[in-house]
Parts: sequence; C-alpha cells; structure tokens
Amino acid sequence: MEHVARLARLSLTDDEAERMVGELSGILEHVEDLAAIDLDGVPPTAHPLPLVNVLRADEVGPTLDREEVLAAAPDAADGRFRVPRILDAP
Amino acid sequence: MTQTALDIAADVRARRRSAREVVDEHLATIEAREGEVHAFNAVLAEEARRTADAVDGSIAAGDDPGPLAGVPVVVKDNMCTRGIPTTCGSRILEGWRPPYDATVVERLREAGAVLVGKTNLDEFAMGSSTENSAFGPTGNPHDLARVPGGSSGGSAAAVAAGFAPLALGSDTGGSIRQPAALCGVVGVKPTYGLVSRYGLVAFASSLDQIGPFASTVADAAAALDAIAVPDPRDSTCIPDARPAYVEALQTGADGLRVGIVEELTEADGVEPEVRNAVERAASVLEAGGAHVDRVSVPSAVYGISAYYLIAPAEASSNLARYDGVRYGLRVEGEDVGTMNARTRAAGFGDEVKRRIMLGTYALSAGYFDAYYGKAQKVRTLIIRDFARAYETHNVLLAPTTPTVAFKLGEKTSDPLAMYLSDVCTVPSSLAGHPAMSVPFGTGADNLPVGVQVLAPPLAEVIMLRTAQALEESVR
Amino acid sequence: MSVYEAVIGLELHVELATATKLFCSCPNEFGAEPNTNVCPVCLGLPGSLPVLNARAVELALRLAEALDFDVPDRSIFARKNYFYPDMPKDFQISQYESPILSDGRLEVDGATVGIERAHLEEDTGKTVHMGGGGRIHDAEHSLVDYNRAGVPLMEIVSRPDIRSAEQARAYVTELRGVLKAIGLSDVKMEEGSMRVDANVSVREAGAAEFGTKVEIKNMNSLRSLGRAIEHEIERQSAMLDAGERIIQETRHWNEDDGTTHGMRTKEGSSDYRYFPEPDLTPVAPTDEQRAAVRGALPELPAQQRSRLVALGVPEAAARTIVEAELTTYTTSATVSTATTADVANWVQGEVLARVNAEDADPEEKLPAARLGELVDLVAEGTISRAQAKEVFDQVWGTSKVPREVVKDQGLAQVSDEGELAKVIDDIITANPKESDAYRAGDDKARGKLQGFFIGQAMKATGGKANGQLLKKLLDDRLG
Ligand SMILES: [Mg+2]
Ligand SMILES: [Zn+2]
Repeated sequence: MEHVARLARLSLTDDEAERMVGELSGILEHVEDLAAIDLDGVPPTAHPLPLVNVLRADEVGPTLDREEVLAAAPDAADGRFRVPRILDAP
Repeated sequence: MTQTALDIAADVRARRRSAREVVDEHLATIEAREGEVHAFNAVLAEEARRTADAVDGSIAAGDDPGPLAGVPVVVKDNMCTRGIPTTCGSRILEGWRPPYDATVVERLREAGAVLVGKTNLDEFAMGSSTENSAFGPTGNPHDLARVPGGSSGGSAAAVAAGFAPLALGSDTGGSIRQPAALCGVVGVKPTYGLVSRYGLVAFASSLDQIGPFASTVADAAAALDAIAVPDPRDSTCIPDARPAYVEALQTGADGLRVGIVEELTEADGVEPEVRNAVERAASVLEAGGAHVDRVSVPSAVYGISAYYLIAPAEASSNLARYDGVRYGLRVEGEDVGTMNARTRAAGFGDEVKRRIMLGTYALSAGYFDAYYGKAQKVRTLIIRDFARAYETHNVLLAPTTPTVAFKLGEKTSDPLAMYLSDVCTVPSSLAGHPAMSVPFGTGADNLPVGVQVLAPPLAEVIMLRTAQALEESVR
Repeated sequence: MSVYEAVIGLELHVELATATKLFCSCPNEFGAEPNTNVCPVCLGLPGSLPVLNARAVELALRLAEALDFDVPDRSIFARKNYFYPDMPKDFQISQYESPILSDGRLEVDGATVGIERAHLEEDTGKTVHMGGGGRIHDAEHSLVDYNRAGVPLMEIVSRPDIRSAEQARAYVTELRGVLKAIGLSDVKMEEGSMRVDANVSVREAGAAEFGTKVEIKNMNSLRSLGRAIEHEIERQSAMLDAGERIIQETRHWNEDDGTTHGMRTKEGSSDYRYFPEPDLTPVAPTDEQRAAVRGALPELPAQQRSRLVALGVPEAAARTIVEAELTTYTTSATVSTATTADVANWVQGEVLARVNAEDADPEEKLPAARLGELVDLVAEGTISRAQAKEVFDQVWGTSKVPREVVKDQGLAQVSDEGELAKVIDDIITANPKESDAYRAGDDKARGKLQGFFIGQAMKATGGKANGQLLKKLLDDRLG
C-alpha cells in the first residue's frame, strides 16, 4: 500500500491507508472472477476502434499567451513555473 | 411538459419567440428550483443572456444562427469552457479557467445553442450518484432525497427539472445512461469515437465518450447532429461523415430484430419492476412488427471486473498531472515530491484516491498481467460476444440500471455496491458500442425506469429509431 | 591482473528536425523565450489530446532506409508513468513494446554495429535550479520552462556490439552523419539536440557472458563520451581486479573531475507502469509511405565517401569533407579527375577553415566553380601554389573571379621558355662554382643546388617564374 501510494504521489494518513486496504481488497476479491476465464490466445483490446495512422501535418499553429498560462499557475517567476526543490533524478 | 429543443429552435428561427425570452424563462426556472436540486456548479446567466441576444441579433440581420438557435444547453463541468471555471467537481481544479473551449462546446456555440451552466458531477466523473462532488450532491428532481445517478447527475437533473432542454454528459461506464434512467430522461452514449473528446477532462481515455441528455429522442438526435462531427484534434475521433440523425429518424419497429440480453436482464440485483420494463418494452416493439427473442452475451458478466481494472488504470495515469505545478490547487511542501503528494491528498476526494490507488496497483510491476492485461483480454471477449449477437440482431435491450434512484447516502459507505450498479452499462462501454437509455414507465415509489437500447458500432440511427418507438408507446 | 574486454551499448536521443512538436502544433525551436511555445496539449492541460506529427513518422521511415531497419506493420505508443515537474502530464508518451523501427545496423570502420530499436517519444521541459550554485539537490527552488516539452525525440538503441571508447565515438560520428544527411536532426550535442547515454560493462577477454552493466549519463560532447567510457572501463576493471562486484546502476559523468559517480535514486521508484497510450492510434506505415521515402533518400556519408574516393580524393580527406558536409561543394569544384586531389586539399584546408571560422555557406563565399578555376590556374602553371593562396584570400567572400584577379594584378607566372632560359643562363654564368658542383654532384647534392638556382631565378623574376619550367631548363643545361 505504501509503495503504491508513493507511485501515485498520494500522502495518505494511517486511517485512510487502513480504510483503503479494506476497500481495495474487497474490490480485488471481486475482480478475481477474471482469473477463472480461459484467455489463452485472446489478444488484448487497448482501443475499441480500429483506426490507425491518424496523423497531423507538420504545420505550426497558435500557441497560448504566456501571461494567461502563468496566471493559472500556483507559483511562477521569471516567465517560468516555480516549484520547490527537486530531490530525485528523473 | 417543457418545450423541446427542436420546438424552441423552430420558434426562434421563425421569430415566433426570441432567444432572449427562452433563456430568461429557463433562468427563471433555475432560479426557482436550483436551490433544492443543485444541478449546477455554475449558472452562467449573464453569458447566456449575452449569447441569446447575439442569436436574436443575427436572426434580425437575416442570418441563420444554426439548427439549435436559442436552445439553452448545459454541459457537465468536466468539459472545458474558455475563461469559465471547469472544476470536474474537484477541489484540485477549483477556480481553474481553461484557456480553450472543448470541441463540443465550440460545436454547440456554432449551432446557435446558448450555454446556460456547468453541471455538477461525481469528482472527475468517478461515481454513480453525483455524491462524490467536492461541491455537494445533486438531488433527483423526482425525489430530492434520492440521487440523480452519476456521474453526469447534474446534467440529467437539469433536463429533468426543466432547467434546459438539452445537456451534455460524459459516459465512461454508464455515466450518461444511468442518471438518464434515474431522472426519467433520454441519455445517449454514442459509439466511441463518434464525438470528439478534445476538451473533455479525461477519466478513462479508451472509454470516455460525450453524449446528450434530452427529454425526447428527437432532441437527443438534434444534439448529436451538432456535436458528432470529425475532429482532427482527437486522434480517436472517427474521421468519416456521420448521418444526419434528426433527418434519419424513422418511426416504427417494423422488421427490427431485437434481442433481450439475458445476462444483463437476469443480473443480480435487477429489481422486478426494472426487468418488467424491459419485457414490456420488448412487447411494444414486437407489437410494432419487430422480431424479439432472448440473446446471450456470456462475457458481459465479467464487465464490472474488467471495467473496474481498466478505468482506474487509465485514470491513475490521466490524473497524475494534478500535481500542483501548472494549475489548480497547491499545498506547499519542502520539496517537489512532498508538495505533489500533499496537493493530491488535499485536492482529491476519497473515491478518486481509491481509483488512483486501484489503477496504480493494477498497472504496477508484477500485477499488470493478472489485472490490467487480463481485463484487456476480457474486453476482446466482450466485443466478440456482442459481434455474435449482432449477427442476428439489429439492436439489443437491457435494463439501464438495476434499480430506480436510491437514497442519498445509501451506498456511499460501500464502494463495491456502488460499482455493481453499473453492471448493465459497462459492457457496451468496454466494447465501444453505442447505447442509450429511454424512459419507460415507473418502478418502485413511482420513480422513473429507463430501458437500455444497445446497438452495434455506428448504428446510432437504428438505436434512436428503436428508442423512439418505445418513447411513442409511452407518450 | 586479468585482461578485460569492454562491452558497450549506446542510447542516443536526438531531437527531430520538424517544424512542430511531436503531438501538437507548437513550434519546435531552440532558444525561444520561456513558456512561449506552449499550448494546451504540450502543457498537459486537462482535456487536451495528442495528435501525431506526420513528419516524425516520415523521418523515422527515412532512418529505416538508411540503417536497414525493419519497419513493423504496427507500432504503438505507450505511457511511461512517473512524476517529474518537467513533464506536464507526469507521464511520457514513448514507445515501449513495439517501436516504430527494429533491428537496424550501421557499418563503422568495417565493423557492423547492430541497432536494436529506434523509437519516437516526446522530450521533457527544461528546469533551472535557483540557489545552491545551480545544482539540483542544493537548490532552494527550481523554475520550469515547457518550450521543449513535447519536442519529438528519436531514441536509437545500439546492441552491445561496441568494444572501445574509440569505436563508440566512431559509431556516434558515423550515426550523426547519417542523421544529418537524411535531415532527421541537426544533431548538435552542445545544444542538446543529441544526447548520448552509454551502457558499459567489462568481462574477461574471451568470456562469453556479459558483465554487469552500468549506465552512464550526462556526456555532452564526443570528447566526454570517450573520456567517460575510458574512465568507466578502468574503474570497473580495477574493481574486478580487487575482487569487487560491479553493481548495476546509473552513473553521472562529471566533466570537471573526469569521473563518474552514482546517482541518487529512490528505491522502487522506477516502476513506470507502461500501458498503451489510449489517446493515440497505432502507426502502421503503408507501402506508399515507405516507397515515397525510399525514392527521396539522399546519399549517405559512406556512399559520399566512396564516391569521393572514386573521384580521386584521398580516403582521409574524403572523411573530413563528408563530415563537414562539403561533398557537393567538392564535387562541383572538381572539373577533371586530374585535379580532384588538389580540390580536396583546398576544401579540407582553406575552405573548411573559413567555413568553421565564419560559420558560412562556402557556396555563397566562393562558388565551387571558382575554386575549381583557382585549382586549374595552379595545375596549368599559370600561378604558383603560394600565389594561389593570395588569390584565394582575394576571391573568398567577394564576387571576384580568380582568373581576373591573376590578370589584373599581373600575378601570372612567367612561363615563356625563351625568357626563362635567358634568366637561367645568366645565373649559370654568374655562379660557375655552383654550376660545376651541380654537374659533378649526385642526386642529393643536385637537389640542394636546385633550390639555390631556382631561388635565384625567382628572385630575378619577382617570384613569378614557373617553377616546373625552371627545373626543366636547369636540367637541360647542367644535367
Ligand atoms: Mg527515452
Ligand atoms: Zn503545444
């Protein structure tokens, strides 16, 4: 649970985490019905549509106004978005 | 009964009424009842009057403002509106004003419609009751102590309460059809890819689809005419031309081959009144000349499980961007990771967190194959089973939702019970097929019941025709 | 101490030379004001959706032709999920299980380096770190610019077929030449439009198994790539000699102290939860698309080199010329194969020096045909090599014509045999001692004295005498 919360960048209180464990295990138990299905040789469906090669011409279009963009930001400085220090490498 | 969208447009275009008059009337209705219904996150009275005046102005100048001239519309608050707050029912986006309009919003404006408000929803469209909104629940206009369904509960309630003849919602696993059924209105989930998703804040991208709510099938068709157009900004939007839905509307069920989906009609928890409504609907069609029988879609019973893995998995990724950096809420922290985690903890409600956790887990190393991977294969089975059913049938019938509207708070403490109420709607979502709910009488406590009409991909015309046959029989 | 063999694989990220970003129509340009080349898509605004740039696919197909890649019937984009403030959606759209290109190869100095895959992905934004000397971990806060977010990248992953730092550099140089030639990228390592990571392991020479590999990042020039690999090979070899175990990790190259050091990573943070990008459709290149590219593929560096060599350009000069992208200039300046080597000499010498110093297009500064004319003036004996340099200085960057410069300034050599014979005869008469010594001397002595006589003759003619002719006349008289 801790690992998943870290991957999801959610800080959960102990209470929340505990409640979540209960709820999620209930749901995971329900989805166990899938384990019984014979899925040998069945391909996965990622897209419900058969479309392929949807492409866009390499032509420049409009961009947003920087002031408008930065006005929406919680914090900005110097024409950029400002964030607290970064501890990890990507 | 309130005027239909098509009547309003006809009157406004013929100058029998002004768009301004129409909008003022609807604003008055909203004024009178919104306090108890709470269908809206924002009522855009001023903007609506301005738009209406512009519509009237263009008519006076001899121009045609479009097929929805002067028709008040409301859109779910997960569709971007330029300069107008778009919250998704979440604290994390409270106050955010998108710098652009969703394609559907552009299309409605181009059709001459008048945007009257942004409607309430379960946070990020995750829910089946509209109780998961950070801004409070919406009441069902038929019984304010009950839920309107969800997640597009605000849009369904707005049409049911006469706040607007047309509304847009989004349907990922039933979020248009289910509230339509519970509020006694028409709700259409089009084929995946029929309507552009550009500007629809994503919940589960491979399932999300925008569609209309209306009080009549014909109005829903008119809304589809406006919004179902190819859009180069959405790679998954089908590039082919669509039929003209209003024009294509036919009456009568003669010659239709209709199948009642056994697995959905007999599913656990489907109330007798609801099952009954499906049977009666079948009889009506049969009496109209349709051939009706039962059909099996065996894998449909796995719909809920597949859906509650795929949708949260995609959601966990789609909702990663709400991190306190570029827009929306930020809760400060000493480093960026802490800031992200605190922002998300404070900004998301319980149901969103639950689904993010579930989806993250389903995609994580070592679990992908057992969960997400398996669910995608089940999706293939469901598509195959439907294809088989459609070899012998034009349309299928099923309940929209197992029960009539339940009481506010009744299911909030049991997420799984809430999820199970989507049992009848998720299979066609997973398949990407169109499906709609049409009001068909009442069930327990005299509350509305909807019957679901399912159709093969891009067979909206025959789906609408079937629904209209049902609508005529109860009128 | 054992003898070790290095096993090296390289991962290149190159920015594609498109007009717009990979999934939106924002300009793909370097150096714009921060956060001006942004739109809802590349800022990851709620509701926005990606649409793939057709040009990126076309460039990938060109690369397929150039490096003999397989083009799978279908490739799909996937989301690579991780949180980082320079990534607007907190996932990167990349390709994972099914890249657009697989199994290519590149000939590098007679050896074949296999290329496992090449795939398309989006770049991240750029972060500057404020306070703490600009280092990421010590900074007080950071500022993010999303202009680069969504810029198209091609990631090219070699097989572990490289065995030395030198070969690694040669591979990158050759690959860079190919990428430039086909117009895929301008591959400027210094501007970051090409970034190279190296996977390095060592094993006892002759061993069949690979050693534990270490990934090295942060090399920003070919030179640092070579240095970093050399250092890493030494470091790993020393560890093995000392009986230590190599741990699989990512290490950062530090240009200043010439070493690599481990990077801070949070345990368990690299679970990227890849899944197919639902907002994009698969890429399925058609036969028409592939044929169109095949027909328009320009000449690759290796082909350019062999063409130059066939024309008479020495191998080394051909390499320099092709790398400097002066192949066409060279061939246009070449009038006859007799003078090809001379032309090549000029191109890799004077022309390249000027081009580099002035960052100029040589064709604009000195049309190739005029360089050819200059070379001919020397070949036909009209001017000497020394004079030709003078003429070059005068015609470069001006509209002057070499032959006219020579005429106007009376630079032409004296090639009149009668006139020069008189000069030589006078010198012989005036220098009887040297003349006798020449007559009696061996080849070595004659060689020395030849310089003396020619020098005198040049002095007498103001340096304009045709040297070849002088030698002949001297030989006639004293030989
Ligand atoms: Mg990469
Ligand atoms: Zn952009």
